[in-house]
Amino acid sequence: MSELITIEVNGKAYDVRPGQMLIEATDNLGIEVPRFCYHKHLSIAANCRMCLVEVEKMGKPLPACATPVAAGMKVWTQSEKAVDAQQAMMEFLLINHPLDCPICDQGGECELQDQAMTYGKVQSRYQEVKRVVLDPDIGPLIETEMTRCIQCTRCVRFGTEIAGIRELGGIGRGDRMAITTYVEQALQSELSGNIIDVCPVGALTAKPSRYTARAWEMIAHATVAAHDSVGSNIEVHTFDNKIVRVVPRENDTINQCWISDRDRFSYEGLNSSERVLKPLIKRDGEWQTVSWQEALAHTHELLTQLKPEQSTGLASANATLEELYLFQKVLQGLGVSQIEHRLRQVDAQATQVLPAVTWLGLPIEQISEQKLIILIGSDVRHEQPMLNHRIHLAQRLGAQVFALNMRQVAFNYPVEQLAVAPAQLSSLLQSVISGLSEQGLALPNDGSTLELIQRHDTQNWVQGLLAALAQAQGKVLVLLGNSAQEHPYYADLATLAQLLAQQLSGHLGFIPPQANSVGADWVTTLAPQDEVGKAVELNSELDTVVLLNVEPEYDTANPYLTLSRLRQAKQVIAITSFMSPALRDYATVILPCTPWAETSGTYVNAEGTWQFARAVTEPKGEARPAWKILRVIGHQLSVPECEYVNIEQISFELRRLVDKHPLTPPTIQPVTTLRISNESGLERIGEVQAYRVDNVVRRASALQALVPETKAHIHPNTATHLALMPDTLVTVRQGEASLSLPVWWDESLPENTVWIAGGTEASAQLGEAWGRIELRAGGKT
Amino acid sequence: MGINIRHYLKSFTLAELLQGLKVTGKYLFERKITVQYPEQKTPLSPRFRGLHALRRYPNGEERCIACKLCEAVCPALAIKIELDERPDGTRRTTRYDIDLFKCIYCGFCEEACPVDAIVETPIFEYHFEQRGENIMTKAKLLAIGDEHEAMIARVKAEDAPYR
Repeated sequence: MSELITIEVNGKAYDVRPGQMLIEATDNLGIEVPRFCYHKHLSIAANCRMCLVEVEKMGKPLPACATPVAAGMKVWTQSEKAVDAQQAMMEFLLINHPLDCPICDQGGECELQDQAMTYGKVQSRYQEVKRVVLDPDIGPLIETEMTRCIQCTRCVRFGTEIAGIRELGGIGRGDRMAITTYVEQALQSELSGNIIDVCPVGALTAKPSRYTARAWEMIAHATVAAHDSVGSNIEVHTFDNKIVRVVPRENDTINQCWISDRDRFSYEGLNSSERVLKPLIKRDGEWQTVSWQEALAHTHELLTQLKPEQSTGLASANATLEELYLFQKVLQGLGVSQIEHRLRQVDAQATQVLPAVTWLGLPIEQISEQKLIILIGSDVRHEQPMLNHRIHLAQRLGAQVFALNMRQVAFNYPVEQLAVAPAQLSSLLQSVISGLSEQGLALPNDGSTLELIQRHDTQNWVQGLLAALAQAQGKVLVLLGNSAQEHPYYADLATLAQLLAQQLSGHLGFIPPQANSVGADWVTTLAPQDEVGKAVELNSELDTVVLLNVEPEYDTANPYLTLSRLRQAKQVIAITSFMSPALRDYATVILPCTPWAETSGTYVNAEGTWQFARAVTEPKGEARPAWKILRVIGHQLSVPECEYVNIEQISFELRRLVDKHPLTPPTIQPVTTLRISNESGLERIGEVQAYRVDNVVRRASALQALVPETKAHIHPNTATHLALMPDTLVTVRQGEASLSLPVWWDESLPENTVWIAGGTEASAQLGEAWGRIELRAGGKT
Repeated sequence: MGINIRHYLKSFTLAELLQGLKVTGKYLFERKITVQYPEQKTPLSPRFRGLHALRRYPNGEERCIACKLCEAVCPALAIKIELDERPDGTRRTTRYDIDLFKCIYCGFCEEACPVDAIVETPIFEYHFEQRGENIMTKAKLLAIGDEHEAMIARVKAEDAPYR
């Protein structure tokens, strides 16, 4: 850090860091300078000219955002000259502004409104005709009103620099300049909602909350988003006990000042008509609405008859830590040992070799400091948009990103990517590792016993990696993505990833899939040894299944099998927030629990940070927080230590227990032999669609409008071989499960693979997300 | 001593009584100011703040754009607005209720309105017979506006030079 320099602002001397812009210095000193185009996380454009200040020995006022501080500089932010310039700028900005504040959703929280009041003139002298700009339709999330635009270009810079896709741009010049998508289309960025926040005026506003409430009537609640493992800090704005919108809450260590569209617009799902509002019991095949007392008594009766060895509990890793803990405690009290939250993980071997807690391995903030990042089996951009943002940030700061995937994933920054069919991923990794060891990177001791096969040509990729490694200064990160974790050979992939990380002397990290995946792992470690964590075997003799906010048709690796097993089970007790046709079919009792935002609880994010999220609205109907339901069930069944009065009690107890198991860098017990798949035929790629990840998002209408129609994506070569033309119907078959889907040619896929996104209505009727699949031309509509 | 004599004089000549009766007598023969309401009515200022009304534009379109400024400014919290997008894309209220029991007739709503939609008319003769009638709904307010538009326009025009 270099020496501080002294500048004088408004007659007072201050010591500031050299190299920064004047506006950064004044912001840090708490001196207000008006601005529109300047944003601390975006590049400097200096095109709004609102931040003009007077600087000594300068003829004209200078823009504070584009003037670096210099030793001995004398600045006046409110001198006659500066105020004159600011007032003149404001008059120019308002010339073409429609002044329709009363009908503008930004009214009351508008930077233009505020600054016009503070820095503007009282009266406008402009009498001429105002400009009108046509509004492009940019999708179901963002409403445009481009006449209000003041051309600060924050949204354009956001697109280029943060979202990584140039979707918005300026056309025309002078007063004819307009911000638009060049070709009218919906924004594709997974972070697009942030342009609503960066827009200083009401040109870009949130479409789902259009015309619902005014800025001054909403109550802001600080909470945490629960749809990915980042745990983005958010503020939920409510009006009349209803969520109106979600905006980011600044936290430089987690989400900076951005959030993903999934976190921003998922709240719509909470008001879905499918919410269960009263307890339901199935009697003689008919669903009856009952009182809580009756429902709990009935549940108690069912649970006392339970056969522990043939029973299982499936929990969503989006549930709060307290809920997961009580869920485990109650089921364990009944003697049930099969409790699982990793519902998409299929590799039974993985539980033996993986660390108890699979987490990121380093703080989220440090991702952007890495110089070489290797992603294995990950579409991180859609799985974990905010982690992807960190990787993007690292890339902008000079890091190189490499990926080994099962299809050519569309990243929003340059990535050296190799893609092979899922069954080949293990051999691809082996080829890379042996390629590296041929180049002189020694294999660690425990890896030398493995027999590595070299089947793929990875020479160029390995050369690139070595070149990047030479500049990486030891800042190397190997990340195992969600697709790798769902892979049938996850244990092998993890072993190889660890080998690779050791070869490159880098960190190994896992990208946890869900909001509380790390927390759920942690809870599992609290159970007495060998009692929990046994792989759940869904056999045909299931007795009792207890579900905690799980929709097996979407949330499991093999929906077809899981659903048929649940139908065969003697009794299924579902603690859930949402009704679904499948649930009506297999459940015996439905206990309505409150979803995210209506329940308080802790979420542990990818880096292991505990974040307590308070309930922001009252529970809907008679729904109750799941921890209260579980507490009563536990109490009725005389499970010891279930007498909690409030959620804090559980949190404190957990904190105390977990402190005995601190997070350690994830290390894997290497597998001794690597499995080789010799099956031939088509393989399915079944990663979950980004807006189908949990039961709340699946019901958020604006986001659902962005989910593309499920198609059987297939490489053109394979398609021609099978004589399948685009948009013709094909019968997809996985074992007994079959379905008709339209074909789509997709060159990003390896040959002999079929990509059918998971978590969708269509995939709910299919089998293994990552497994064998058959295609037959022709199908039923 | 002198004070005592004057006191007796005043008392025996009934001077104070006569002084009082002088005032009574003066008003007895002066022009009466009693107004025989409701047959007779006093003139009202165009600024009089009585019953509320929602106005329309001459083409029949309602003026209110659901900006909620009246609701925000109302010191008695008497206004409740709900809004939505009308099929033609404009911002409109779906509910506009004024509780006349809460209203203190301060006229702030009228002052705040950017489109002169909510106004307080000079109408002050109204009453409620049933519980709930005190809630002026959007339909009722628009009906008052429609019925008295000519009068509202006149009083606004009369007051305009002084604003």
